[in-house]
Amino acid sequence: MKLTGAQIVIQSLIKEGVNIIFGLPGGAIIDVYDALYDSPIKHILVRHEQAAIHAADGYARATGRVGVAMVTSGPGATNTVTGLATAYMDSIPIVVFTGQVPTKLIGNDAFQEADIVGITRPCTKHNFLVKDVNELAKTIKEAFYIAGSGRPGPVLIDLPKDVQQAKAEFEYPKEVRLAGYNPKYKAHIGQVKKAAQLIASARRPVIYAGGGVIYSKGANEELRRLAEGFSMPVTNTLMGLGGFPGNHPLWLGMLGMHGTYQANMAVIHCDVLIGIGARFDDRVTGKLEEFAPDAKIVHIDIDPASISKNVIVDVPIVGDCRDALLKLNQALSNINIDWEDKHRDWLEQIEEWKKEHVLSYNQPEGGPLKPQYVIEKLYELTKGKAIVSTEVGQNQMWAAQYYKFDRPRTFLTSGGLGTMGYGFPAAIGAQAAFPEKLVIDIAGDGSIQMNIQELATAVSYRLPVKVAILNNGYLGMVRQWQQLFYRGRYSQTSLEYSPDFVKLAEAYGAVGLRATKPDEVEATIKEALSKDVPVFIDFVIEREENVYPMVPAGAPLSHMLLV
Amino acid sequence: MRHTISLLVENIPGVLARVAGLFSGRGFNIESLCVAETIDPKISRITLVTNGDEQIIEQIKKQLNKLINIIKVVDLSEIESVQREMALIKVRAAPEHRAEILRIVDIFRGKVVDVSPDYYTVEITGDANKLQAFIELLKHFRIKEIARTGTVALPRARKAFKEKGEE
Repeated sequence: MKLTGAQIVIQSLIKEGVNIIFGLPGGAIIDVYDALYDSPIKHILVRHEQAAIHAADGYARATGRVGVAMVTSGPGATNTVTGLATAYMDSIPIVVFTGQVPTKLIGNDAFQEADIVGITRPCTKHNFLVKDVNELAKTIKEAFYIAGSGRPGPVLIDLPKDVQQAKAEFEYPKEVRLAGYNPKYKAHIGQVKKAAQLIASARRPVIYAGGGVIYSKGANEELRRLAEGFSMPVTNTLMGLGGFPGNHPLWLGMLGMHGTYQANMAVIHCDVLIGIGARFDDRVTGKLEEFAPDAKIVHIDIDPASISKNVIVDVPIVGDCRDALLKLNQALSNINIDWEDKHRDWLEQIEEWKKEHVLSYNQPEGGPLKPQYVIEKLYELTKGKAIVSTEVGQNQMWAAQYYKFDRPRTFLTSGGLGTMGYGFPAAIGAQAAFPEKLVIDIAGDGSIQMNIQELATAVSYRLPVKVAILNNGYLGMVRQWQQLFYRGRYSQTSLEYSPDFVKLAEAYGAVGLRATKPDEVEATIKEALSKDVPVFIDFVIEREENVYPMVPAGAPLSHMLLV
Repeated sequence: MRHTISLLVENIPGVLARVAGLFSGRGFNIESLCVAETIDPKISRITLVTNGDEQIIEQIKKQLNKLINIIKVVDLSEIESVQREMALIKVRAAPEHRAEILRIVDIFRGKVVDVSPDYYTVEITGDANKLQAFIELLKHFRIKEIARTGTVALPRARKAFKEKGEE
């Protein structure tokens, strides 16, 4: 039997095991929405297309499955760009369907036409314009395969309206063959042995683990074996948080611009650095020439282009993190060394650094409220079991520093692109995937207003996301930079005229709460957690609290500002 | 250093834009670029000349390899290859210079392909150095217009990477 293109889209999604999608309809995608009408797939109607992409992204980060979003042509499609770029930078597998004007009209400046394939070429892993309904099922199969395999990433499929309406026999391909795409999963054993030799010769090794450890299933367990089995300390990137237990004695905390003292000191002084699924981003390395100056570098990554891109690597290992770590652990256990003894002095040194500068803040009794205290209380009262998303800026860094993540896929944050407005829709996506789990968005008063309309989505689907707004009345991170590096000239960073977030939540049918003093925090969080509906908590915090430590942009890691 | 990179790509719309976008987006240079179908109409060959230090060239090749529609990336500067470029040059040919121009064209094994009362249009093929030398000589007679193809290249016979459908 022949199906329309629109029906083929839905049937293909079913074949891919998709049971939930995020989107917003429009004229050029209306046929697919018609086919969706009596399908078993659940659709979450967002209030802005950007949120659909972030929600699909949050869903993907929390589950490890490919997230799916659907929008119309023109403005619907262009509204996806920020979400796509966010997912692209952080290697998140999503497939986005955009409606398009009929093929005859493409290029005619038709109503709601945008060259979305052209626009999104640099911010997708790959994209497709489907011009023939007979190619549609194959294209969808390829899109899901490309999105989820190798180094994952977003894929966009542009669907002209006439292709949605045309008919074709539906047969979903069983496998994909792409001549130009063959991700390499198996780590080269010779390279692994070289790495093992190098590690055996080290006196002061450090493991630097990123998002690859989260995305490669089971890699976190191998990472733990590597650290524990061979007595090596671990630091995580922002994207890597949750890849190693946040309360483990071998854990150094996050490194980089807002990394801990001990993590940055360890990187500065190490003689072998083992990079795993991380990409030596500028927020991690600081001044490149002075990054890990005495170290030989091992780099495990599934993307060959990430290796020796920023930092020249001594032992590159291309492959899946888990496979590489499995082999590395094997190779290291074949070497007869008393690892604990070999690294004792080094670990003692690290313990001293840990004591020298502890992550800390001073919460005066009776206020003003400190954001770090709020996060610590959140951690305590959720027993570290929540899925936490963040917005971007100070809220993100405090969340990264003070919430101790110990499992993969529990921390959802826009690390690469740094997208304000990401956290709330991402939390909605994660909550849709796990209705029973506790999902918290740690937000700022600036960021939350960038996708605040999604309150309607959360309320209407009864997605009980909790949003902790750290409200300091500033675009706080920019203000911090202005204070530290621009002589306190607070140019356009004060947000004195924000809405009343409590009333706003109530207006949407959610619950709004507020805490202004330290002694209100615990009760307020408890009350929020007891509600089975979306809750905004307005934490009115000290206005000019800064995130420390801080390495100024472009400075070497040794130039940490500690207070 | 200059590198000539040969790509086999799927012959579908947008592939050239992906390659060009990669270079502009990441700040790599393109000196010249040639695209045409191969024997297999589903596959095109892009020959591009770029420059950069070792690390940049390595990045360029890795990034090109990541593009889904690119089937094969070969750096012809790493292996023995034949490289050619063609140019059409419209040069002023005053009566007193005609004989001399023809002699130069002859020495360089070029061909005059169009003649008018005031101009010769000359076709010339060779590697980049030969073309440059030829152009320098013709400059003395005033070049009116020039069209260059950019480099095309193939590995020398034994190291060839085969196109599908080729013997």
